[in-house]
Amino acid sequence: MSLFIIVALPFLGALLPGLMNSAGRAATAGVTFAISLAAFVGLLTNLPTVLAGEVVMARVDWMPLLGLNFSLMLDGLGFFFALLILGIGLLIIAYARHYLSRDDNMGQFFTYLLLFQGAMVGIVLSNNILLLLVFWELTSLSSFLLIGYWKHLPEGRQGARMALTVTGMGGLAMIGGMLILGEIVGSYDLSVILQNRDAIQADPLYVPALLLILLGCFTKSAQFPFHFWLPHAMAAPTPVSAYLHSATMVKAGIFLMARMWPVLSGTPEWFTIIMTVGLITMVLGAVIALFKHDLKALLAFSTVSHLGLITMLLGTGTAFGAMAAVFHILNHATFKAALFMSAGIIDHEAHTRDIRRLGGLRKLMPVTFVIASLAALSMAGIPLLNGFLSKEMMLEEANHTVLFNSPWLVPALATFGSLFSAAYCFRLIGHVFFGPVRDDYPAKPHDPGSGLWLPPAILVVFVVLIGVAPFMAEPFVKLVTASLLGDAAEVPKAYFKIWHGLVPALYMSLIAVVGGLLMLLIFKPSLRLWDKAPRPEAKVIFEAIVEGVVRLARALILPLHNGAFTRYAAIGAVVFVVAGYHAWTTGTVGATTRTLQAVNFVSIAGWMMLVAATVGMVLMHRNRLLSLILIGIVGLMVSIGFVYFSAPDLAMTQFTVEVVTIILLLLALNFLPNTTPIESSILRRVRDAGVAVIGGLATFALSYHYILRDAVSAPISEFHVANSYKGGGGTNVVNVILVDFRGFDTYGEIIVLGIAALLIYALTESLLSGPVRARLLNRKPDQARAGDKHPMMMVVMTRVIMPVVLMVGFYIFLRGHNEPGGGFIAGLIVSIGVVMQYMASGFGWASARLRYPYHGVIGAGVLIAGLTGIGSWFVSKPFLTSDFTYVRIPPFEKFELATAALFDLGVFLAVVGAVMLSLESFSRLARLAQEPSDDEPMDIDPSRDDLPTSLASSEKEGV
Amino acid sequence: MTHWIVLPIILPALVAPFIVLAARYHIGIQRVLSVAGVLALIAAACGLALQSADGTITLYQMGDWAAPFGIVLVGDRLSTMMVLLTAVLALFVLLYAIGSGWDDRGRHFHALFQFQLMGIMGAFLTGDLFNLFVFFEVLLIASYALMIHAGGNARLRAGVQYVLFNLIGSTLFLFALGSIYAETGTLNMADLAHRVALIGPEETVGIRVAAVLLLLVFAIKAAIVPLHFWLPSSYAEAPAPVAALFAIMTKVGAYAIIRVYTMIFPPELEVTAGLHDTWLLPAALVSLALGMVGVLAAKRLDRLVAFSVIGSMGMVMVSISLFTPAGIAAALYYIVHSTLAGATLFLISDLVRTGRADLKLTQQPTIAGNSLTAALFFVGAIAMAGLPPLSGFLGKLLVLDAAFDSNLVVWIWVIVLTSSLISILGFARAGSILFWKAHSVERGDDIEMMSPPATLSYVAVGGLVSLLVAHTVFAGQVHRYTSTMAAQLFAPEPYISTVLDTPGKLSKPKGDH
Repeated sequence: MSLFIIVALPFLGALLPGLMNSAGRAATAGVTFAISLAAFVGLLTNLPTVLAGEVVMARVDWMPLLGLNFSLMLDGLGFFFALLILGIGLLIIAYARHYLSRDDNMGQFFTYLLLFQGAMVGIVLSNNILLLLVFWELTSLSSFLLIGYWKHLPEGRQGARMALTVTGMGGLAMIGGMLILGEIVGSYDLSVILQNRDAIQADPLYVPALLLILLGCFTKSAQFPFHFWLPHAMAAPTPVSAYLHSATMVKAGIFLMARMWPVLSGTPEWFTIIMTVGLITMVLGAVIALFKHDLKALLAFSTVSHLGLITMLLGTGTAFGAMAAVFHILNHATFKAALFMSAGIIDHEAHTRDIRRLGGLRKLMPVTFVIASLAALSMAGIPLLNGFLSKEMMLEEANHTVLFNSPWLVPALATFGSLFSAAYCFRLIGHVFFGPVRDDYPAKPHDPGSGLWLPPAILVVFVVLIGVAPFMAEPFVKLVTASLLGDAAEVPKAYFKIWHGLVPALYMSLIAVVGGLLMLLIFKPSLRLWDKAPRPEAKVIFEAIVEGVVRLARALILPLHNGAFTRYAAIGAVVFVVAGYHAWTTGTVGATTRTLQAVNFVSIAGWMMLVAATVGMVLMHRNRLLSLILIGIVGLMVSIGFVYFSAPDLAMTQFTVEVVTIILLLLALNFLPNTTPIESSILRRVRDAGVAVIGGLATFALSYHYILRDAVSAPISEFHVANSYKGGGGTNVVNVILVDFRGFDTYGEIIVLGIAALLIYALTESLLSGPVRARLLNRKPDQARAGDKHPMMMVVMTRVIMPVVLMVGFYIFLRGHNEPGGGFIAGLIVSIGVVMQYMASGFGWASARLRYPYHGVIGAGVLIAGLTGIGSWFVSKPFLTSDFTYVRIPPFEKFELATAALFDLGVFLAVVGAVMLSLESFSRLARLAQEPSDDEPMDIDPSRDDLPTSLASSEKEGV
Repeated sequence: MTHWIVLPIILPALVAPFIVLAARYHIGIQRVLSVAGVLALIAAACGLALQSADGTITLYQMGDWAAPFGIVLVGDRLSTMMVLLTAVLALFVLLYAIGSGWDDRGRHFHALFQFQLMGIMGAFLTGDLFNLFVFFEVLLIASYALMIHAGGNARLRAGVQYVLFNLIGSTLFLFALGSIYAETGTLNMADLAHRVALIGPEETVGIRVAAVLLLLVFAIKAAIVPLHFWLPSSYAEAPAPVAALFAIMTKVGAYAIIRVYTMIFPPELEVTAGLHDTWLLPAALVSLALGMVGVLAAKRLDRLVAFSVIGSMGMVMVSISLFTPAGIAAALYYIVHSTLAGATLFLISDLVRTGRADLKLTQQPTIAGNSLTAALFFVGAIAMAGLPPLSGFLGKLLVLDAAFDSNLVVWIWVIVLTSSLISILGFARAGSILFWKAHSVERGDDIEMMSPPATLSYVAVGGLVSLLVAHTVFAGQVHRYTSTMAAQLFAPEPYISTVLDTPGKLSKPKGDH
């Protein structure tokens, strides 16, 4: 079967259990089993090729430019691991079917399990190290889900996060290592990398690459000092523990070290780092395991210890060590999975995993007793069981290994570790199964149905079979070893047999077993000693580190982002100035090409007024009405400035904009307190003032610089001036630029205006539907209201001048193309005319006479402008292409018709609509806050109490 | 004469006023028009992308005026891809807004949405710097209106910060434009590229300051630290579909930086040497770090996502600021990813919100639709944290690979990888509290289980997730395409000559460059 299908099956199949959840537990488990079985059988179909020593390859390009391709390969090593993953996976699925309770969501469980399985198979079959990384992180993610499967348990959640963090960290480090490796070799394909041992080891980046990759391996395989996550991952349901910690996840790191063995091993760095870490892990794990009372915790630490052992064997860098490692991987997978499943059975039946609450189960659970004992004895290294064989090989190898110039260090530590290993195995058997039957188990233990005990039993059969007849496993192990070693070394000639004669390894083994038994005898006193000894609690440290990091992160981030806008703006201003200053000081300043114009009295006076108004604004901005007046002065001076510099269009625009803005601001000020309170300290105000002054000076300096210099070539405005009449049909260049040369900008700007009006409308709508409404209704004016809200003189005046205003607007609109004016200014003028009606006659009166809703006016304006632009499509010209012609209708003079005028009409409507909609929105607020508005255009409030009654009555008559 | 290229701008600019004019009281008609408009937009964007896939540069002279005197739209591989990305994103965001009912919680949502699209599209397509300013204004005012859609105190307050800070940016944009015009006398990008090259070494301060000011403007849009302060609260407080659409807005800044600083101020240009090529990369690294630390620090899901957007933009900017073809290609791949992932997460946070009192990362009872939402969050978090198998991981590999020749390679690697770890931690904590810890909370009798989000909401999120998956599966093709884009950007001669040599009304090609 194609390798793609083998890898893809679990992933694709992962959808099924989740979907089948409602079809029942048996069906869910059945379909999962079938998927795994299909992948397993598919793997076996490749067995003949692998046995023939060939490598099965499959490849599809994914990101060829990066070098990340979906490239798979199946050699002996990969086959071996895939066999363990899928084979034990099948047993786990069968076991989990019976283990999970009815409350557990089985579909979800099997979905996660299959995802995990697929990721693991992907790791071992990858022929591309980047692809391997993908699968590597996928195992971290899927194991996160598996470990946290029991979401309601805090241990599950914490364990899952811890595993993800630690293995995720390793994975990230490995990304770096793999990229360096690929960079050295020039390819990310394993088959190429494995051919480049010398190039890699000679490269100066070898050590960083090795360290980063090993960091990944050590975290995944729970090597010291990253071993702590594994025991906490035991919060997962037992089938998960059995799977992840016997055959799969933790073996991924081991697999990668084995995979990289031909190119990375053999250097002093490799040897020293891996030997040291492996030895420490092995001894530490074994010692801690002995004193754990939770069965799964004991097994977890024993796993840590055995992983250390395998790591150490790979670290020796010898072919024999590698072969021993392969053999022990096989053996460990069989007995450890069986042990985990047995622990699960005990938990399932006795409702506790605490060794102190167990004992005497030998009589109550005979089948479990046999299975667990055989597996445990194998782990202890008792002859005729497979654990003995590989442990013997390990001790043999240890005997030849010199670390830190000391020939006895490795053998002594190896024996010491084995001793503790034997001790915890004996403790497991002795304290759980032997001893008197108790009457205080949480539940009455009995052997489970075959569904639970058959899977571990199958594994124990292998434990015994290999243990009794090691020659059966020998060819396979040697095949795997050969593919592990690659071209780097020859497969050792050693035979697998139970009796090697009276070699040192046998004595060491003997010491370990006898010592282990003795340890069990003195267990109680040594436990007391252990309990008294101070030792770091990994979980506490880890949580403290994580919490510390979180607190640090919060201390860094939260105060900085607390919404203080002045600080944000100050930081922004400082950054602008500093960056600009840096650019300035690193550049060169050339000579000026222009001279300053002479200053005269008028310009100085205007400048003084501008400055005075601005300074006054800064000093008196707390009085809001006053500051509005000062803003008006500034705006007016800018308008005059435009006139002074011969830009009448801009001046008119600026002037009308000023009027409209001031009116709108007045409406807004109505709802604000008259003065701004002082909220910031004097120090901060000084700081802000400093920032502002520096920003202003910088702007001045920059403007001054540009004023005195010409552009590098002629500015485009020369073209505009030259062609405005010829191409745009208008003599007013500004207007032609606005509606023709750069009409598209204007199109955008009227849309901005329209959006702004819609925004103000939507804002007031949402305000009025919120708590603001109530506040407005209850608002008490803080100053006396005017007696005559709508003075008669003003009403009459505004009505009289309304037609005039409209006429002026129309005139300004029409003349725009050739003289100062245009749709924008005309729109503002007409708006002012209408605004005057509102101001004079009251909102109720004015809006009752309104025929066109302002939304529609805006919409129509923007639409007309857009459609005018589209019109040019019909003569095969681009958007907004203008055309003009001159017509003569007697008795008028000849006049010009330009399509730009239509566009300008859109501008006009949009401006009128936008201004009026904004005004309407503001006044909606005002109307709520005051007494119901009046429908009469002119009124005098007779209830006003500061008027003499006689006057009031006479006025009443007069109306 | 084909008008394809102007459609992405004109279409929403016609749909929006039409909605205002004719359908402002009928949410049903608004929805139909809006969705139809976006579908047409996608069709136009597809046509444009196909048109420019072979390297063709499409020029459109507004009003028939030739560059640099009039405004031109230019479609090359980069701009058309951004247009397509925006259009596709808009569809799913719109579907979500309709499904969740967000569009009916305030006025004029659809009109403003269309205007917003117009602004974004215009910013991507224009070939004129001043016109870019206009579109920045359009998208700023529209985005502010969308941001405060449906009102509420916290939202309005955040909106003020947003609009004020961006108005500062607009002012700075005007300063920068003034400076550039004073130095060169033109505002057309291609013409600028041509004229900036004429500036001699004896007088460089003017153009240097102008280049820096312009970069700062784009940096504000791209939320690069320390100009990012406007982003966290405004994105967090904005209605979810709006925040999701905003995922493309930061990319407008990134796009503008790519465009301007490969064409007008390319890295090899002597007069602007030692500026953006020196300090943009450190700033980007700080952004990446700060964003991801923010993910860990955030106390609310929406702020967490907002910080992840900052981090993600940091990643994009790291890659851009390498200013190499490989770096830009990686950045463009990552831009697509970051847009989709950011939008997905914002929508998911809204799914979470439908079942909870608030988005505080505290223990609360399980939400309606917990497992589906949790699964989507898991996928979104994987994407954002850059874990396999999704495109974030592939993008990260591309960035790391592209950084190999940089002087700061060690810094880049360490910060990219460490910040990934921090964000994993942040997302894992958040997800665990929101979706797992909730199982251990008893639901009080008085608390009603809220009804689960509408199917259409899930369809929209699912659509975005499937786009992420497609971006992963077809990563090879996409990356090859972004590489050709980068190649086009680093060989701007055809772009410049197409823009400057095409005659228009009353003008002949200059042919002197």
